[in-house]
Amino acid sequence: MRTSSLRLIVLFAVILPLSSFLIASPIIAADSPQTETAWFDRRTLPALIASLVSIAAVLYAVWVIGRKKHLFIREIPGLKAVEEAVGRATEMGTAIVFTPGYGGDIQRPTTIASMNILSNVAEKTASYDCRLIYPTHDPVIMAVAQEVVKEGYIKAGYPDRYNPDDIFYISSSQFGYAAAVDGIISRTRPASVFLLGTFEAESLIMAETGNAIGAIQIAGTDSTIQLAFFIVACDYTLIGEELFAASGYLTNDRVILSTVKAQDILKLLIAVFVLVAVIWSTLNPSSDWWKF
Amino acid sequence: MSSRIPLIVCLVAGLIMFLQYFSAHPVARAMFNQVNDWWQIIFAFTLFVGVAAFMNNSMRAIRRGKERPFKTVSLLALISMPLLAIIGGTKIGSPFLWTFDNLQAPMQATVFSLLAFFVASASFRGFRARNLQATILLVAALIVLLGRMPIMAYLSDTIPELTYWIQDYPSMAARRAILIGIGLGSMTTALRVILGLERTYLRGQ
Repeated sequence: MRTSSLRLIVLFAVILPLSSFLIASPIIAADSPQTETAWFDRRTLPALIASLVSIAAVLYAVWVIGRKKHLFIREIPGLKAVEEAVGRATEMGTAIVFTPGYGGDIQRPTTIASMNILSNVAEKTASYDCRLIYPTHDPVIMAVAQEVVKEGYIKAGYPDRYNPDDIFYISSSQFGYAAAVDGIISRTRPASVFLLGTFEAESLIMAETGNAIGAIQIAGTDSTIQLAFFIVACDYTLIGEELFAASGYLTNDRVILSTVKAQDILKLLIAVFVLVAVIWSTLNPSSDWWKF
Repeated sequence: MSSRIPLIVCLVAGLIMFLQYFSAHPVARAMFNQVNDWWQIIFAFTLFVGVAAFMNNSMRAIRRGKERPFKTVSLLALISMPLLAIIGGTKIGSPFLWTFDNLQAPMQATVFSLLAFFVASASFRGFRARNLQATILLVAALIVLLGRMPIMAYLSDTIPELTYWIQDYPSMAARRAILIGIGLGSMTTALRVILGLERTYLRGQ
């Protein structure tokens, strides 16, 4: 890592714990009585500081790291396998099923991250002339997915291969949706299944059905409980921030890749903060400035 | 220009929702509630779009003879439930409630209950001692399963204590590491959308 990046990380590493300690701690401890009508709710000060530091890190990454010639992102097997999954479906002459899960709506970051992968998958299915089936539980997601897939087909140069009927709304009922997706997987027997988005109890029902028909499965979600099911039932699982890095990883967009670097800076800051807090609380067990 | 307006709307809406979180003022609270109400209204209207698209899609499939039985049943269910509600109401003893209690709810419970069998088959595959890590996972899972059995509390204190230790320390540490990654990923994705760096949802324009 370059000297300027290190300088900034050190600066943030000092700013974050110190500012939290100096500003937030006395205010929280004071049990401030006036918060019901104030324009600024002082109880949210630690969150504001953390937000501003995060925004600063993202902007720094976009403006400084994004200009560097070489941006290294480690290999993500789940995203590398996208090409393999589409290729397999094309070779076998079957479809690909892509589901965003039942849990999310369009404003959820997981759904947006899943749309980014859908865009890339759509470009590949258009090039290989492979059918892409996208059942959803939310009409808004359906409309956005139709646009994203259509754009993918246009980008690939095959707009005539786009079929809007393959991106459709099923039901807003959780198990109604799960049953329908299971039915689609069982009847069409796709070679590849993508389970990327926000999943709840339906995750294992869908993943096991895909596993039973021998489909190659790529999964990713933001729920740690459902991740455990996906790890057991799927071939590739995008864990944690891997799902959100997909957009930059697949398109090699420098701006988006630099925001992934911002996540690394923030992770380092959190690690430094946790270390400082651990040492502080060990030396002074009655201290609680780091609790918020 | 076609993509600039949605980007400005996104930036303004994102900033307002971000800033209102830090305010306790009644105006900020009222605005937040108002936006939520609008979201509910918009979502209700989008359901019409979804249902219309579903009906259109199903009827086309029936005409083509593709998956005819499934599409016919789906369409009949979609039409009959609102019809029963309109004709007989939704009170206790109404045909709508009878259909809901005796058809829809058991069908949903049936799909949910499949989960028990899928958990068993997935566990069988997942807990194979293929290497050292898989063996550690298997042993940890066995301890947690045994420690969660009520009878174990009568037989020994060690296994239930070990269960809580596994859940509170190694398992929790791994979960928190993943959650921090997810939190940071969600935040940067949201920032990318608000700042207009991420435009896939706008057809990548």
